[in-house]
Amino acid sequence: MAKLPVQFRLNGSDRAAFVDPAENLLNTLRRGLGDFAPKYGCGQGTCGVCTILIDGEPHLACLTLAIACEGRAIETVSGMADGADLHPLQAAFMENFAAQCGFCTPGMLTAARALLAKNPTPTREEVIEGIAGNICRCTGYEPIIAAILAAAGSRDVRRA
Amino acid sequence: MLEFRKDVFADERDDNLNVVGKGLQRQDMPGHVTGRTRFFDDHAFEALRHLKVVRSPHHHARIRNIDITAAARAPGVKRVLRGADVPLNKNTLLSLINFGKDDEPSLAVDKVRYKGEPVIAIIAESEAAALAARKLVRVDYDPLPTVFDVEEALKPGAPVVNETYPHNHFEYHDKYDHQKLRFGDTERAFREADLVVEERYQMSPIEHAPTETNGSIAAPEHNDRFIVHSCAQGLFFSLGTTAKILNLESNRLHFVGGTVGGGFGGKVDTLTEPLAVLGAMLTGRPVRYVLDREEEMLYGSPRGAERIYIKDGLRRDGRIIARHVRSYFDAGAYTRLSSYAGIKCTAHIPGPYSIPNVSSDVYVVYTNRCPSTAMRGFGVTAVDFALEVQMDKLAHAVGLDPVEFRILNAYRDGDMKPHRRVAKNTALIECVQVAAEKAGWPLSPEAKRRSSLAGGGGERALIRATPLDERGRIGRPETRTAPSHQVLPAGTQRIPVSKEPVSQGANDGRPLPALVPLHESGRPAAVPPPPVPAPAYQPALASQPLPISTPTYQPAAASAPAYPPAPPSPAPPPAPQTQHGAVRFSSVFGTRRR
Amino acid sequence: MPVDVRTCQTMAEAASMLSGDRTATLLAGGTLVMRDVNEGRITDGTLVRVADPAFRLVSTGGGRIELGAGTTMAMVLASQELVFLHPAARAIGGPAVRSAATIGGNLFAEAPYGDFTVALLALEAQVTVQAGYGGGRTTPLEEFLAARERGRQQLVTAVSFARPQSAGALRFCKASRVRPKGISVLSIAAYLPMSGGRVAGARIAYGAMAPTAIRAKGVERALEGRMLDAATIEAARQVAGEGTRPATDAIASEWYRREVLPVHLGRMLAGEER
Repeated sequence: MAKLPVQFRLNGSDRAAFVDPAENLLNTLRRGLGDFAPKYGCGQGTCGVCTILIDGEPHLACLTLAIACEGRAIETVSGMADGADLHPLQAAFMENFAAQCGFCTPGMLTAARALLAKNPTPTREEVIEGIAGNICRCTGYEPIIAAILAAAGSRDVRRA
Repeated sequence: MLEFRKDVFADERDDNLNVVGKGLQRQDMPGHVTGRTRFFDDHAFEALRHLKVVRSPHHHARIRNIDITAAARAPGVKRVLRGADVPLNKNTLLSLINFGKDDEPSLAVDKVRYKGEPVIAIIAESEAAALAARKLVRVDYDPLPTVFDVEEALKPGAPVVNETYPHNHFEYHDKYDHQKLRFGDTERAFREADLVVEERYQMSPIEHAPTETNGSIAAPEHNDRFIVHSCAQGLFFSLGTTAKILNLESNRLHFVGGTVGGGFGGKVDTLTEPLAVLGAMLTGRPVRYVLDREEEMLYGSPRGAERIYIKDGLRRDGRIIARHVRSYFDAGAYTRLSSYAGIKCTAHIPGPYSIPNVSSDVYVVYTNRCPSTAMRGFGVTAVDFALEVQMDKLAHAVGLDPVEFRILNAYRDGDMKPHRRVAKNTALIECVQVAAEKAGWPLSPEAKRRSSLAGGGGERALIRATPLDERGRIGRPETRTAPSHQVLPAGTQRIPVSKEPVSQGANDGRPLPALVPLHESGRPAAVPPPPVPAPAYQPALASQPLPISTPTYQPAAASAPAYPPAPPSPAPPPAPQTQHGAVRFSSVFGTRRR
Repeated sequence: MPVDVRTCQTMAEAASMLSGDRTATLLAGGTLVMRDVNEGRITDGTLVRVADPAFRLVSTGGGRIELGAGTTMAMVLASQELVFLHPAARAIGGPAVRSAATIGGNLFAEAPYGDFTVALLALEAQVTVQAGYGGGRTTPLEEFLAARERGRQQLVTAVSFARPQSAGALRFCKASRVRPKGISVLSIAAYLPMSGGRVAGARIAYGAMAPTAIRAKGVERALEGRMLDAATIEAARQVAGEGTRPATDAIASEWYRREVLPVHLGRMLAGEER
């Protein structure tokens, strides 16, 4: 079966790929375009390690068709830093030891980014709801919640 | 952060620390927050193939027929692997340290022993093509009777799960169906006790559920090697296992990894590497084999379930005078690491308490369940759970506060442990005291005064006369109950076992070592025994070349054959050989071979 | 043949494709279908996508509210007009799932999933279904659910329901082992319009207490015309389990679901925090 072309912006750059019709976006980002930051954890929409932003909204790349992303703006954690400068969320994760094995971290940061873009000053409960779709098996979540609240307290947090 | 209790063990400690207690950034943190950390799957390859496995839908069945013709012809399929394609299709993980018999195939051939056991591997250009082809494989099964309960599996007439161990239990020292610990006379102490409490505990299998599933990518590399990006927690271990199964020299494997998306013990079984490398060998292309989430949860090995019976004899004052533990470790269909779990469990009994009479029988049992593996505290966590719940029940039975009850029975420096080692650097009492303080749990002044440093040794360092028994002979379930036949005199210290490994892999054909241990006659417990010099090998048991190159150390005094022997001459003469270096204790069989 | 994807510009085209091809499956949010693709249960056939804006139309003017079947949970949460459905929408997955999960897809989610449908059932929603190029046909949700399996080759285009008496008249709770995102032990939606301080037209629905969302008609009868006081609530609890056929699954046993159902129902009717 012939592959289909799809073009979209990935972390601010124009990218294109030839994909199978039913190929999911996670596969395209990783194997097609070499962005390994979003991960495979379940393929079911349960774990959240494939969380990316499409036009600013959080989506699960494993459940999204690549061809459905034509013309969209996709963001992964690979584009979160400003050049060599970490995003305040990334810095806060470091300062608060919000990662151990690191596998959930790209998805977690992306979910947090989406949360703070909509709600720059979340309560603890709102942070928990914001990362409710992201499973972490290592940290017990508290350092992650602390990191997000700390980043929310930072002046720079409006930069999505 | 950390609180330093400088009042505890004040004389012994040095709290002038540079790193402990201070925040120190992880070296992998920048990679984690930028998404640059590379897990095994985060590597690009040209012409990457994808491997998917056909798994048994039955818990126990004969394989009557396998038809892969339609699958092999399916679009995008490059190769279909069967058991016959695997160079050494029978292995056990601990054969790398010569412990246990090879019992597990990489791909099942005539029989499947657990639901989910791999039978066929399909290698295709894409995951989608492999998944579509997987549906086209036809396997005909004849279901067999199953057994899922550890005690049922040990009864005569139970379905045989794993023919390598036809009595459904691991075989220790080629003699016993369980691991034994014997210290003092528990039977007699139970008769003398004021109170006997017997309970049964059951733990379920526990799935590690790492966020990253098990998997690996193997690719042909330069220098006629294969590079393997692996999720394995122990790269050398997985390399050795893969080399053995594929009959490859280990220097043809280049394992890269150590960055694991959550292991917790669940990434030690080398589940995917052998087939991934085999696929790369046979297709000449990179091959990726990753468990999907359903496979990880159902067929990725869990922490093994355990059933534990604890029988304790107490005096009315709350002192435990006898403890007997009988435990069954559910290994599932294959051994993997469970044989070692039984030993670790035994080493942990009776917990951090000073009990003058202790015995345990720990069985490792095969059932038609997914094979078990390690998980945090492997072999110990479950028995600790049982022991600590038991301690609460015992305290309740004698009307004592459970915290004070633990302080009362805690071991102290100088006490003799059932493994015939003197306890030192004990700290249970202080830990319990500080925990009680943190929890606001009131303690009596006497309990607060107790110390690990005082009151140990003396009578608590005695080794009582210990009845030995021959219970639990392999293949003879009627011997599981029998009287003792020998009594070790009081004061008998450690028993140095034979220097030969006491269990051997199936392949090397050497004669069985003499198994009856010699023991030393009574010595005063207070004097630690002098280091035992390595005794000479028994000539009858020497000394053919080992399958893995092992140069033997030759001290000047002994005359020993050169190693390796020159090819034309026959096997080396039975001259006495001494073992390299000091005797090192191995928890597996008492000493290391080299 | 590997899985193909066809994107239809109109709902009619999509309906025609579904009814004409038994191997065609509608792909809305992807939370159910893409899982089947990823895990190899769907390996051939066609996924049908709907690009028709009407598929996502939210019409809240007037006494009757109509939501296109492609309306996502995130869209529901973004609409202040639908605030009474926010508790149910929030109960679906996490934020990223809600960006994609659709009302129409939730109708087909098998127990113990499908919690949003429970709220629609309490609102006595109607389901508009299109088969082929013909016009749409409207069926009560309860009937639709009973025949759900036979309806997979039809296109659900919209759900509609009468605007509730007030935002507070629709109550919703979900019991799960993990919160905030967890699969249901059970869920309950209760539409309790009041008239003169008494319940008038109660509609109660359960999720995960049967193979599909069901109405709890025994509870409705017990509440009807009465004040929502302790005695009434107790009467409702007594008949809470009527008509339920909960499953034993990885989340909870049948026994457990039966045991806790009256507890959760009682708390909801009493207005207690979970």
